[in-house]
Amino acid sequence: MISFITQAIRLAAAFLFGSTGETIVEKSGHLNLGIPGIMCIGAVGGCLGESIYLGSLSSIDAINPFLAVLIPTLFALVFSALMGVLYSFFTVTLHTNQNITGLTITTFGIGFSSYLIQNIDTSGFSKASACFKTLFPFYSNLGIFGELFLSYGFLTYLALIVAIASYIILKKTRIGMNLRAVGESPATADAAGISVSCYRYSATIIGCAISGLGGLFFIMDFLGGNWEYVVDIIGWLAVALVIFTLWNPLIGIFGSFVFSALYIVSSYVSVPFNVIDIIKMLPYLVTILVLIITSIIGSKKAQAPSSLGNNYFREDR
Amino acid sequence: MTKNKAKHEPLFHVVRRTSMPAWQSISIRALSILAAFLVCCLILLIAYQCDPITFISSLFNGVFGTERRIWLFLYDLAILLGISLALVPAFKMKFWNIGADGQTLIGGLGCVAVMHYLGGVLPDAGVIAISLVVSILAGGIWGLIPAFFKARFKTNETLFTLMMNYIAIQLVSFFINTWVSSGTGVLKPIDTGNLPTIGGNTYLLTIILVAILLVFMSVYLRYSKHGFELSLVGENENTARYAGINVRKVIIRTMLLSGVICGVMGFLMVSGYTHTISTSLVNGRGFTGVIVTWLSGFNPLYMVLTSVLFVFLSRGTSQVITNLGITNSAIQNIVIGIFYFCIIGFEFFIRYQVLFTKNGSKRNSSLVKGLEVKAESKEA
Repeated sequence: MISFITQAIRLAAAFLFGSTGETIVEKSGHLNLGIPGIMCIGAVGGCLGESIYLGSLSSIDAINPFLAVLIPTLFALVFSALMGVLYSFFTVTLHTNQNITGLTITTFGIGFSSYLIQNIDTSGFSKASACFKTLFPFYSNLGIFGELFLSYGFLTYLALIVAIASYIILKKTRIGMNLRAVGESPATADAAGISVSCYRYSATIIGCAISGLGGLFFIMDFLGGNWEYVVDIIGWLAVALVIFTLWNPLIGIFGSFVFSALYIVSSYVSVPFNVIDIIKMLPYLVTILVLIITSIIGSKKAQAPSSLGNNYFREDR
Repeated sequence: MTKNKAKHEPLFHVVRRTSMPAWQSISIRALSILAAFLVCCLILLIAYQCDPITFISSLFNGVFGTERRIWLFLYDLAILLGISLALVPAFKMKFWNIGADGQTLIGGLGCVAVMHYLGGVLPDAGVIAISLVVSILAGGIWGLIPAFFKARFKTNETLFTLMMNYIAIQLVSFFINTWVSSGTGVLKPIDTGNLPTIGGNTYLLTIILVAILLVFMSVYLRYSKHGFELSLVGENENTARYAGINVRKVIIRTMLLSGVICGVMGFLMVSGYTHTISTSLVNGRGFTGVIVTWLSGFNPLYMVLTSVLFVFLSRGTSQVITNLGITNSAIQNIVIGIFYFCIIGFEFFIRYQVLFTKNGSKRNSSLVKGLEVKAESKEA
């Protein structure tokens, strides 16, 4: 039971990065369906960084845990931010349809990541992954408390910090207020002297960079450095999670725990192997239920940004 | 800094085009495809030292090299086109149905289930008829569920249909694991209750049926009352409501049609060709179909051309991969991704116009003139 909860909390970081990133992007009025692809690219970018770092070492034992985490993290940030630049260049500057651009980025991201991962030397990744997995090596001395709260890697805590920080920035600061204005009514924001393009570009790039970390976390921390072709599914669930969280990163912390628990529950129950497939449906079924329930309640406070999915072109006003 | 900025004129500004001669838009599209080709050549040159001539010749060889390859090309074209045609009415109604993968897969599952339980028990004709009905029902239900909630509660259909894809995948995997007791997860082809072939050609029947579907859909969208209603709902729901159209009914009816056609495509794939099912039966064609539909601007003729391009690319690149001795098919997704990017990027030049500012004082002179003319005509 304890191991189930700790695994669920561990995986939650992947969903939390994804949904926090997508929340920031959506607050600017961009419905970015490219997040699954961007998470793949973030993951593969991080793997590339790790393999470059490991390649530069004289022997694998000379690994520096600090650099082994920092370098892939920076690589993942840069790679996924570049995809954010690409996305916003298409939607903001070229006014292309957001959904189509997003789906294109997802197709491209899945292809690009699976191409790159097969050309990366992943030997020594299990050792590097150990650096990702534990931040506080002394946790085992602290019993259940240590197991539950301190047994995770750097990225898990970073995910929490990022989620709380983005909540504060979105809700309590002027920048956050301007960003929400851009997402709700770009024309009004424009009239008030807020640069819509600038806000949309920066929010999308920052949001995509954050999401990319989710991919990196999933591969290097949760899977122990072994690539699996399911990063895009995590990405889709993260996009769905944004609706579950009602665009609030704090609810996202709870929501991502629920989603990750549902995602891994099938490996913790003993049922005939065909029933496992039914249990694996749970995250999707719950997402649908959440979609339906939020749309039926339809309270005014918990709605998507009103111009979500619409590009802003000043001359159209 | 900001004060200077106020005086500073932008170098150019962007305006929406009202119209464009056909030859111009066609040449822009041709240019976008050419650009994509060049980028792909460059990437293959860098990544695999594959020179452009080899690349292009193996593309063509992969698609038209042998008679069998041509048939496979036509068959793949028919399947992609069929799924895209299923999506067109939904998209014209601005219903983002990205669940064609699931709707097709569940149709195929219905067909396999009938073949599994009734194949050999009933005569083949009976099995085919029942499996067609079951596929239609399955696909229809898969389309109907998100449509009902969209119509009733405005539930976000994009994510809803997406999640239905994964549920369909899990259902298929569940049934395969139930039927195959050995646990290999691979269902052997079932050779009873299959669609007949035309003169020994497995592909022809599917191709003919999709051609009929193409004609039906063009007529349905252009000349039928349903087609008019759904495009009105797509343009503006309120206008449609004032015009006395029952918006909910139109949404549900259109998505039912979309799901049913997907179900039929699933039936054709299973009963006519694979005779079995796996979770990768549809293989992302639902997403490709979305992009085909969108890029063609809902015009069935353009849809044929766009599908030809994408099927050509995916079949061609798989040959390129074999020729280069690469085992992974990732490059296929990259090539297709680059084509998407170029085509949607160049759309900008079809829909917008970039006007350069010649110098500060004469800024927007054409615009100002236009306004003056307007004002004069008003006075007169």
